[in-house]
This record gives sequence, C-alpha cells and structure tokens, in this order.
Amino acid sequence: MNVAVAKTGGGRAVSDLFASAEGRLPGSPEVIAARREAFESYERLGLPHRRIEEWKYTDLRALVGEVLPLAAIPDAGALKRAAEAVKAHAIEGARKVVLVDGVFAADLSDVRALAPEAGFKTLRETLEKDAGLLKTASTDAVIALNAAMATDGVVLSIADGAQLSAPIQIIHIATAASASAFTRSRVAIGKGARATIVETFVAAEAKAYQVNDAVIVSVGDNADVAHIRLMDDAPDAVNITSQFITVGANTKLNLFSMTSGAAVSRLQGFITLAGEGSELSVNGVNLLKKTEHGDTTLVVDHAVPNCVSRETFRAVIDDRAHSVFQGRIIVRPDAQKTDGKMMTRALLLSDEAEADNKPELEIFADDVSCGHGATAGALDDSLLFYLKARGLPEKQAQALLIQAFVGEAIEQIADDGLREHVIGMAERWLERRS
Amino acid sequence: MPAVQETVERVKRIDVDQYRYGFETLIESDKAPKGLSEETVKFISEKKNEPAWMLQWRLEAYRRWLTMQEPTWARVDYPKIDFQDLYYYAAPKPKKTVSSLDEIDPEILKTYEKLGIPLREVAMLEGVEPKPGEEDPARRKIAVDAVFDSVSVATTFKAELKKAGVIFMPISEAIREHPELVQKYLGSVVPTSDNFYATLNSAVFSDGSFVYVPPGVRCPMELSTYFRINERNTGQFERTLIIADKGSYVSYLEGCTAPQRDENQLHAAVVELVALDDAEIKYSTVQNWYPGNSEGKGGIYNFVTKRGDCRGANSKISWTQVETGSAITWKYPSCILRGDNSRGEFYSIAISNGFQQVDSGTKMIHLGKNTSSRIISKGIAAGRSQNTYRGLVTAHRKATGARNFTACDSLLIGDKCGAHTVPYIEAKNSSATFEHEATTSKISEDVLFYCIQRGLSQEEAVGLVVNGFVKDVLQQLPMEFAVEAQKLISISLEGSVG
Amino acid sequence: MMALLEVKDLKVRVEEREILHGLTLTVNEGEVHAIMGPNGSGKSTLSHVIAGKPGYEVTDGQILFKGEDLLEMEPDERAAKGVFLAFQYPVEIPGVATMNFLRTALNAQRKARGESEYSTPDFLKKVREVSKSLNIPQDMLKRGVNVGFSGGEKKRNEVLQMALFEPSLCILDEMDSGLDIDALRIAADGVNALRSPKRSMVVITHYQRLLNYIVPDVVHVMSRGRVVKSGGKELALELEASGYAQFEAA
Repeated sequence: MNVAVAKTGGGRAVSDLFASAEGRLPGSPEVIAARREAFESYERLGLPHRRIEEWKYTDLRALVGEVLPLAAIPDAGALKRAAEAVKAHAIEGARKVVLVDGVFAADLSDVRALAPEAGFKTLRETLEKDAGLLKTASTDAVIALNAAMATDGVVLSIADGAQLSAPIQIIHIATAASASAFTRSRVAIGKGARATIVETFVAAEAKAYQVNDAVIVSVGDNADVAHIRLMDDAPDAVNITSQFITVGANTKLNLFSMTSGAAVSRLQGFITLAGEGSELSVNGVNLLKKTEHGDTTLVVDHAVPNCVSRETFRAVIDDRAHSVFQGRIIVRPDAQKTDGKMMTRALLLSDEAEADNKPELEIFADDVSCGHGATAGALDDSLLFYLKARGLPEKQAQALLIQAFVGEAIEQIADDGLREHVIGMAERWLERRS
Repeated sequence: MPAVQETVERVKRIDVDQYRYGFETLIESDKAPKGLSEETVKFISEKKNEPAWMLQWRLEAYRRWLTMQEPTWARVDYPKIDFQDLYYYAAPKPKKTVSSLDEIDPEILKTYEKLGIPLREVAMLEGVEPKPGEEDPARRKIAVDAVFDSVSVATTFKAELKKAGVIFMPISEAIREHPELVQKYLGSVVPTSDNFYATLNSAVFSDGSFVYVPPGVRCPMELSTYFRINERNTGQFERTLIIADKGSYVSYLEGCTAPQRDENQLHAAVVELVALDDAEIKYSTVQNWYPGNSEGKGGIYNFVTKRGDCRGANSKISWTQVETGSAITWKYPSCILRGDNSRGEFYSIAISNGFQQVDSGTKMIHLGKNTSSRIISKGIAAGRSQNTYRGLVTAHRKATGARNFTACDSLLIGDKCGAHTVPYIEAKNSSATFEHEATTSKISEDVLFYCIQRGLSQEEAVGLVVNGFVKDVLQQLPMEFAVEAQKLISISLEGSVG
Repeated sequence: MMALLEVKDLKVRVEEREILHGLTLTVNEGEVHAIMGPNGSGKSTLSHVIAGKPGYEVTDGQILFKGEDLLEMEPDERAAKGVFLAFQYPVEIPGVATMNFLRTALNAQRKARGESEYSTPDFLKKVREVSKSLNIPQDMLKRGVNVGFSGGEKKRNEVLQMALFEPSLCILDEMDSGLDIDALRIAADGVNALRSPKRSMVVITHYQRLLNYIVPDVVHVMSRGRVVKSGGKELALELEASGYAQFEAA
C-alpha cells in the first residue's frame, strides 16, 4: 500500500487508521480504490483547524486531536444494549432503521414495514456495485475521511407520489468506547412525495467515541418533506455530521436539528435550492453545558430564481460551553426574486459561556430580498423580574424564558407528535441543568 | 422599459473614465531606485534625516516583512504584485525644504486647487476671518497637511495650533522634533509585525501626519490631510499617528486622490490613533482614488491598516468613511476598546462600480468593562463590482457589560454586481449584549415609480433613494466633508443614469 | 383596623443617587390609597421597591407586610404572600403563551403557600369568567404574554392577573398611562370589581383623572422622595386645581 505516513501530535501514524480498517470496509475493488484516494486526500489536509476559514471556530486539531480506530462489529452484548437504547429513544409510530457502531442492525429495525412506499438497502450492499455514493463535490477533510472509512449506512428511496403515514427514524447508536463509527446514507425522495425523516444519535453506555456521519438527500419536485436530526450523544463523544441536500421545484422542505450532547460536535449542512418555487425552512437549537463545543454550520445556496428560505437558530449556552453558528445564504447570479432571511440568537447563561455567530450573505443577483439578524446576550432582567413578581421562583422563571427562547425554533416542526417529542427533550435538558 | 431596467442599462454604460481627479501634474521628482531592499529602506531614512533608532525600526520591519505572506482571505482578486517593480520613494524636486505655501511649486498648488481642497482657502491662510454675522460653516478653519506622493508639502495654521499646544506636522518632522512622543506611540497600536501591508509600510513609509493634542485641549479647528499619488509606478506608504491626551478632542479629515493611469498603483497606509482617558478622536475619510477605467484597467490598490486604541477610560474613537474610489479596497478601520466605558464607532459608505472590488468593514474589540460600539455600514454595488462588508465584534471574558449594535445594509444596482456580508460576532461573557442586522435589496421599483410619478427624473429619483439610504452615515461627517461626499456620490450616480 | 402595609422612613438609592429620602406610609386592610405627585417624585421607585425589583438599594427604613419584613423576601415570595404590582409598562414575553404563563404563575404561588394546584377545568373556567368580564378575547390568551397587545390590552391583562391571583395588596403603577378614556373605564371597572374589605390598593398616578374611576379612601402627595401631604379624596381635586408647584418649592 502506497499511503504516505503523516504524524499527528500524538505521534500515531495516521495511515494506520486506514490500513487497519481496510479489511472491514465494504465495496468492489473500484470502491476500495476510491476510498484510498479519499483517504490520501484526507491525509494531505489533516483534521480541519482554525486557519481554514470554514473551521475558524471549530479547530478539530485542538479539540479532538486524533481520529480513533474503527469500532468493532457489535457483538450480542452490544446489540442488547442497543436494543434498550432504541426503546428509550424511538419515536412512537415511527419505522426504525438502526445502525449500531456504524453497522446496520436488521433485528432492531423494521425495514419490512417501509415497503412499498420506500425502498431500502444498506450502504454495504450498494457499494458492491456502485462507488457513486462515496463522491461529493466537497473538498472538506472530514468528508473525505468519511468517504474513505464509511462502514455502512442507509440507502432509502421514497417513491414518486408516496405519502408516508409514519416518520422513518434512523437511529445511530454507539456502544463501543474509544472507537469511531463512520456512516454514510442516501435518502432520495421522489416527486410529489410526502415524508418525514428523523435521525437520532445516542449512546448505549458508550464513552469517548467518535461519530462521522454523512447524509446525501435529494428531494424531487412538488414534494413535502421534513428532516429532523436529534443529536444527544454521550457527554464525552465527538459527532461530526455532514448533510448534502438538493431540493427540486415547488417543494416544501423543513429541516430541524437539535444538539444536546457530545463534547465536540459539528453539523454542517449544505442545502442547494435547485428548482424554482420551493420553500425551505431550516431551524436549529444548540443546548450546551459544561465544556461542550457545539457548531452548526449551514450553507443555503439559492441556485435558481423564486425560492424562499428561512433560517431560525437558537443557542442556549451554560457553564463554559461554546456555541458556534455559521449561516451563509448564497444567491447565484440568476437567482432573481430570492427571498432569504436568517435569524440567529444566542443566550448566554454563564459568565464563561461563549457564542460565536457568523451569519453571511453572498449575493450576486439584484432583485432579491435578503437579510439576517444576530443577537447575543443574557436573559432579559426585566422579563425575569416580571415573572418573579408574578410568583415564579428564579429557576422556574429562567426555565420558562429559555423554553420560550428555543420554542421559536422548535415550533417550526409541523408534526405535533414530533414537536412534542423535541420539546420534551429540551425540557429534560433544562431539568438536568437545574 | 421599467424604470429599474433603464437604470441598470445606464449603469452599464457608466464611463468610469470620467474620474474627475484624474489629471497628472508635470513636475520633476526625486525618486529612490526602483525596488525594495535594505538599501531602499536606508535611502528613505537618509532622505528624511532620521535618527538611528528610526532606521533600526524600519529595518526590523523590513526583515520581518521578508518572512510574511500576502493575505488571501479577503474577497478580492488581482494579479500578483511585483514588489520589486515599484518605486518606494518619490519627492517633488524643486524645493528641498518647504516652510510656507509661497515656497511650494505652483504646479502642486494648482493641483490642489483643481482638487478643490481647503488649501485654496488662501484668504483664511492669510488670516482673513469671516465678518461677524457672516458665519459660513464651509469657511470654517481647517488646518491642512498636504502629502504629494511621498512627501508632505505643506502644513497650514501651524502657528495657531501651536498656541493651543496642538502639534500638527509631517511625521518626518515629528520624528526629529518630538522623538519621545513618536517613540512612545509609533507602532503601539499597529505593531510592525501586524500584517503584510502594515509591516511593509513600517519599513518604507515616507511621510504622513502627526498629531498630538495635549491634556484637556479641544483642538481649535478641524485637522486635515490630503493625499495625492502623482508619480508613475509609485507606491504611497503614508503613516499617520494621532494621540489625544487625557480629556482632549480632535476631529481629523483625510482625503485621497490619484491621477488616471493604466497601471495599478499601490497604496498601503497605516493610521494609528491613541485616545487616553476621557479623550475623543473623530476620524473621517473621503477616499476617491482612481478606480480604474470601464474595462477594469488601472486604478489604485488600496491596502490600508487603520486602528484606534481607546486606551483610557471613557475614551471614544469614531471612524467615518466614504469609499468611492480604488480598484481594490482592503480596509478595516478598527477600535480596541481597552479603557473601561470606552466607545467605538464605525460609519461607512462604500460605493463600488465598474470592476471595483471592495472588502471593507471594521473590528470592534471589547476588552474593558462597559464598553460600547456601534457599526453602521452602507454598501452600494453597481456595474460589475463586488462589494463586501467584513466585520468583527468580539467581547472578551472580562469585558463585562459590552454592547454592540450593528446594521449593515447593501443596495444592488444591476444584476452583474455582488454584495456580500461577512460578520464575525464573538460573545465570550454573558453580560455582553450584541445586536446585528443586515439586509440586501435593490432599489425598489415602486419607490422609483412613486418619485417619478411625482415629477422627479429617473436620475433624481435614484439619487434621492441612494442619498436616503446613506443618510445615517453622511450625517456623521463634518460639514465640509459631507458636502464633498454628497457630490462624490452624485458623480457616481451621474454616471449610473447617463 | 389592621395595618397591611407599613413603610417606615424608607431611604432608597439608585446608582449612588438617593431617590426616596425617608418615606413613611401605612395602608390598612381594605383601604384604597392614591399616591400622587409630579414626575420624578419617586412614585414608581416606591412601587418597584415594594415588589422587589433589582437595582434599588435600600439604605434605611423598613417595609412590613402583614407584619413581616418584605425586604428580606425574593420578588416571587412577595408575590406568593399577596403583593401584586400592575406594571406601568408590562413587558412582552415572546414565545410564552399567556394561558401557560397564567397557570404556571398561579400554581407557583399556590405551591409556595402550601395550597393544592388548580385543576385544569377549574382554572380554565376561572380564566374564561374573568377574561369575559374584562372584555379579553380568548385568542389573546393564546398569544405570547403581551406580545402585540395594544396599551389597553396590556393593562387589561394586568387586571386579569390581579383577579386570578387574588392578592391582598394591589399596587397600580400609572395604570392610566397610554390609555384612552374607554380603555381606562374598562380597566377601572375591573379594578373596582376587585375591591373588598380583605384587599388593599395603592393607586399611583400623576393625574386626578384616574381617581374619578377608582375613588380612593386616602390621597397622599409625594414630592422629592417623601410624602408631603395626606388627606381624603378631596385632596386630589384640590391638586387638580392648584397643581404640584406648591410642593415643589420645598
């Protein structure tokens, strides 16, 4: 094998990571070659650091240091623990697809219930024939690493016109300590389809693990789709998720993400509005405490005219936590009549909390209405006093205001059951805080 | 044709060549040999009769510069600059020393006259005061330091300022006459190692203005510097240092022009402001360097480092800029809010047309307690230009009670230009309160139609809208400059609607 | 008659400046007191200090409520004890539905007093009754607290809370500010309906106008941080005629 050996700060030879995993990585010889190429590209770049503009606020070299070796294939004990976690985190009525330590767990999933509206395959199966899924336009090192190392994932295709009565929930469960899981999924949603996809990231007693996930979503014309990502990983875990989403014409897409776990996390979403007349709503919440570092980076690319995008982002930051929000709206030269707005707000609950906001507008067309707003600050004293004067104790008054604060993002979730589920998660986070 | 479409068409036809200040003055000059080396640095220092410590300072900067890379993060695109193909020093030849206006080459005086700068106020220079009851604000006293290529050619009102204790002179003179002040403050806000262009400036700066306002003194008049680049292939590297001692106040105006040339000229200035306890500095700039022709040929590369240090408690620094010129602008007048209760302000109008590229904004660095800052930025992009606002607001751990308000609005005229907003907002303690808002839009067709229906011409209507758009910032300029800035804006609008 | 509220020689500073210079005031159970005075006389400061708003430094004196030291209590404890401040400028709380807020606050107060929480049907019934009498439409209760409410709606919302929480002391801080005559009448009717021998009120106002609707038992004139004159309701009319100038001179 002709892989150049680079050293990290810890002295570990990076290429060990790939060499020791190679036997486990699925795919045809062509796929393996593509993986090697991706890995070499990752090695050239190394983990992203603060001198790379997109990663200015999330220096993985400093925060993470090194990439842990691939997690072992889950054994019976791991699957048993995972089953418990599924019980605790499953959304009522949802059809579950479960990945344990980066490997599809058939026994914990109910993929048969997906037919006939949705076709299902694993990434492992798909890669036997096709290397296409490993390719993205990105030059980002963590995405290259994902392409090199992805062990499994979900390949869903939702038929044209399908009206899914229940959400599909993809549950990522970590059971292995001090190991990495690499997953890559594709969700293709047909024309005129209506679907809700939920992705949940949780731990089953695992500690200090790393997750690197990529998901490639395409949404056809005239569709109505919600995608909800709930990341509640272990307090010492690392989660890096990359989303690539392409939206067709006259489609409604509602994205939501909530980060309420992991020591270091980054969600990077790249959303391209590729068909006219579509409406995009992107909303997110970061709930951070202790020394957690949570980064949500969104790029909304208006490539065609006549689309509307709205982004609402809220961060609640306690203790010495650090929240990062980067949101860029791009309007391409021909994308006239674009209406793009973004609002990001950070609530600092502690003197040592930190919020970095970088809302960007990049506009090349003139007939547009675009804007963004950003605020950072503590809870409003006059509101707190009003509530206290009405009899609410300090903590309860704070909790009420924090709920209202994040509620502005959460209420964008249209499905009542899911919205309640997310509100419940936020409430539990608040309870744990007090 | 709908009103907006017509405006757009006219913008496309804009003849940037009608740059009004693009004449050339034919005078002999005394130049350093082309290129940059330790010898060049020594040559400049020698020409300026500098003390040894100054030469040492320059050489250290030069050696540092050799190890540095040009920054690439700004949204500007230009061919690589050959730093060995430039002249780093050019001085008008005829007179060796200049002590009064009479001794200045009449050609230079004519140049300033053509520029319409306050030097023409000969009557005032002679001490003729406006009659009582004839208070004409446009004839208020302004002390002027005129910098021609690399050399300060005239400083007016020196005597009157001296009476008030204010020192206002070319920095080359200050280095000789007030070494203790220069040594104490030069490089204390923008260190020699700060960035590629600032370091280059530190090595080769030829002249610029120096201001010291003593404790408790309110500077009796506006101070002003006019910069003009005349020579071919000449870089202009001026250095300005303003110190407002405790409880003092000074308002400083800066204007810039250059002749039309096919080749690009480099301008890499450094401005340092220091405000001690309770002091206030107001710094206004109208920048209309030659922007290049309608094909994007020529024009000034304007890579400028401007920074103010609110070093004392309750100090205040306010930057106001009207940027209409230059092929490339790379400029972020900033405030370090070090003193408790200090305040920083940044008011900006940036107009880009033709092939101009602007990447400008500010940094507000909150370090002291209860510091506040305010940013109002108005960007107008037309033609094929790219106009970027880039700004940092940061409150450090100990900057409790820090407050910022930022509003940046962009206006697009035509569909071949770009307007971009890149704010960095960093809150590192919970008592910081930041509010930021930004909008991008085009001139509303409805508003234009409304105005035209009420009898305004297309041009007047656009002028009205744009002037309304930038009003908040124009109001921040001292009267003399507001008038000039408004004229400048309408010059670009004249072009934009034929 | 039993004293409900006793303010004794109260001295209060805001950022080094003394606003109240030794104010004394006693309100007995069931009485309605009006406090009048020019702008800057310290009327609102008094109401804020009684409710426990941060930012005020009490340098001397005391405030007793039902014989207990009010200054030792947190604002929410004071509310649970029965102190209600109707704000001059009620804040807007986006994202907190009025209904949710009312129930949360009511139950927090009951819990603090060791009482059982209201059942949902009882609570809804009660809110519906009161809001109807105050002309508050139901959809207003679904919106965020005071968000997008008109001046009159905000004041009616304050009266609604007063009716729901059943406090023993109501302090109405400039209730008439920003209200037209019709809105004022509705709010005042709501307040009058709550008058009872067990409930006292302190009505703070600049103008006599409000006192035509809420007729006080006692009128106090405040000037420069002190009560300078007290009397019956006729004192208000006297002030209307002669103005505050006579008290300003001191």
